[in-house]
Amino acid sequence: MLLLSGLSAAVRAELPLLPAPARAPPQAPFRFSPRRLRCPREHELLEDGDIHRHLYLQDILVSVTQVTEKPKVSEFSCHIAGCCQVFDTLEGYEHHYNTLHRNVCSFCKRSFPSGHLLDIHILEWHDSLFQIMAEKQSMYQCLVQGCVEKFKSSKDRKDHLVTVHLYPSDFRFDRPKKAKSSTKHSKSPLLQNTSMPVDIKTSEQPQVDSMEISPVENMENASQPLSSLISLPPEKHLNRSRIPSTICFGQGATRGFKSMKKKI
Amino acid sequence: MPYIEAACATALRKARKQQQLISKRLLREDTQNGEGKAGMEIPTDPLSEQEVLQLLRDTQKGTEERKKSLSCLRQALQHKETQQKFVRLEGSMRVLIGLFTSSLADVQMEAARCLHELSHSSDPAVAEACLPATSYLLTYLSGHSIEFTELCLYTLGNLVVESEAVRKQLLPQGIISALASCIQSPHEAVLEGLGYVLSQLLQAKEASIEIIPLVLDSALPQHMLQLVCSNLELGMGVAVEFAWCLHYIVCSCVNNALLISQGIMSTLVLLLLELASMVSKAVADGLELLICPVLRCLSNLLAEEMEGCNMQVQDERLLVALFTFMQYFLNHHLFIVQECLWLLNNLTADEPFFCSAMLTLDLIPALLQLLPCSRMVALLVLTVLCNIAEKGCAYCQQLHQKAVLSSLISILTLSDAEVAGQCLELLHLLFLHWPEAAADFFTQAGLQALEQHQHHPELQERVRALMNLATQPAAASPCSLVSSAAVPSSLP
Ligand SMILES: [Zn+2]
Ligand SMILES: [Zn+2]
Ligand SMILES: [Zn+2]
Repeated sequence: MLLLSGLSAAVRAELPLLPAPARAPPQAPFRFSPRRLRCPREHELLEDGDIHRHLYLQDILVSVTQVTEKPKVSEFSCHIAGCCQVFDTLEGYEHHYNTLHRNVCSFCKRSFPSGHLLDIHILEWHDSLFQIMAEKQSMYQCLVQGCVEKFKSSKDRKDHLVTVHLYPSDFRFDRPKKAKSSTKHSKSPLLQNTSMPVDIKTSEQPQVDSMEISPVENMENASQPLSSLISLPPEKHLNRSRIPSTICFGQGATRGFKSMKKKI
Repeated sequence: MPYIEAACATALRKARKQQQLISKRLLREDTQNGEGKAGMEIPTDPLSEQEVLQLLRDTQKGTEERKKSLSCLRQALQHKETQQKFVRLEGSMRVLIGLFTSSLADVQMEAARCLHELSHSSDPAVAEACLPATSYLLTYLSGHSIEFTELCLYTLGNLVVESEAVRKQLLPQGIISALASCIQSPHEAVLEGLGYVLSQLLQAKEASIEIIPLVLDSALPQHMLQLVCSNLELGMGVAVEFAWCLHYIVCSCVNNALLISQGIMSTLVLLLLELASMVSKAVADGLELLICPVLRCLSNLLAEEMEGCNMQVQDERLLVALFTFMQYFLNHHLFIVQECLWLLNNLTADEPFFCSAMLTLDLIPALLQLLPCSRMVALLVLTVLCNIAEKGCAYCQQLHQKAVLSSLISILTLSDAEVAGQCLELLHLLFLHWPEAAADFFTQAGLQALEQHQHHPELQERVRALMNLATQPAAASPCSLVSSAAVPSSLP
């Protein structure tokens, strides 16, 4: 092969070995003058490379899906006190641990999907100075990582989340603190336990919403199971396959949100 | 397989012409058999509305029932029709999100797989039905398990490319900073998924105005530069994704000065050198997927003609690397040859340094060998030769010595007007700077080759100008006008 030795030899020169006279413009009828080319995204020169890239993306099934059999281990249960979930793969356990035990509030045992949300929770629910400070300045941090806005109340924050960040108005990890119930939490260890995700303790109960729920809300949810929220769309929509789903789905969703909003 | 690939390529080509070239990735654990393509086997017939509704209701029952019905739902959602029925059911997405935010790991995983199936739909309405899920998908990027984070990432990447409404929502929801914190993950699989999301975002038609400025403003570019050259031996997946990201950023010219100031050019040159040494050791399987976007970045950045960017690339080994790629990929991936030549053009256009190095490293014969490859390749080769010839008589003398003329005569006889035109330009430069080349040309079969084009309206003027030289005695060599000290006598 050609000149491979050249690769290892670090030849660096600042000046060309040959002289180059000053550039003259082309003489008609000739028109060539050197220029660097820029190729925008759509340039035909890039077509074949783009196609190759997309063939790779679409073919990825073959290599990525062949997930190797996960090594099964003999069943074991979570070692965290009070948690009795059983696992037969390490991945399953890792996922469980990170969901329920990694970002856990040490005061009230609630678990959060991220450290960021946990930090905000601890500050707002358990920092005794927080309420005092919040009366004087905006203390409620935005939940979106990277946004530095702060607000006077959790209500203001919710409005901000919905209008600026386009968050759903019933965002699950933004439950306002209820002054009374929270003091109850911190005093009664029994109640703390029931505020743990219901899935674990009473797994037979129809329960979808599991994290970050106060006992009161649990009962509300149980009294109106989510399955009642699902319904078939009006008959006329069924026959037309091309109707954008937003038409029927969107309205349904809004209604759903509204009814949830009242409860909160 | 080659047949399928060719058919796919044709479809993709058509989509690209209509600026609708999008692709999605499907992560699907194939439980039945590990061999077949997961995407091809669809287990059952599409479900009716009633059946979908029943499955959704069953997910609200006890744990065992829930798991079973959720996994049935996931399989059913492999059907486009079932996907459409699902999203038209009122409240269905609410229920799915409820399951997705469950604290039971396997319920959450299975719900994530359902969302992922929906994200793979080619119906934009299905992607838009997933809008209520995006804030949760972002929240979970902080990672419960590698597999779960990966699923969330590929789901986001699929949704993002399908619908502008999804992108319009994800940007305010903070996708850029979520990705910027996720990019610190130590896991290859997560990083590759993240690169996928980012590359999908950056391909959006509104990217240069709405997305790229945000990306450039974040910590992402520096991480991307780092990741593009890390761990090549272990796995290329990560580097490939981020190299494409860089390409999409660079070619939209939003703020390339920033990337140049972060040292992108010298980083990419070193990467190419490393890749060339991998190619020369024949560990090149799939390497073209990485080489291609890296070449593009360098070419487009050079086209910026920015202060200081020439110095970042001035390394002769880069030429050797390019020729190593061209030789290796000549037969199977001709596009690599084209894109190497594009870069070679941008290197030689203004820099006598690289023109000189082309001659001293004796790369001209290898360049000439590429002429018959394709029209596009021939044009680019001739343009590079013109760049060199334009640098003056010492260069033309060298080109003449390297037997350029016979290749030019044969390409001139075989070519269409555009290639022939470029050939005429090159001949003119050679004759102008090194008249001995003209004399030599006409003693070979040059005149006949020229006559072939003398009636072509595009070419006739230039053909005539060159033919006149045959009848005139050679003028004094312009080189003799240059001080003799400028003509190097010790060239190899
Ligand atoms: Zn546990
Ligand atoms: Zn707490
Ligand atoms: Zn905010």
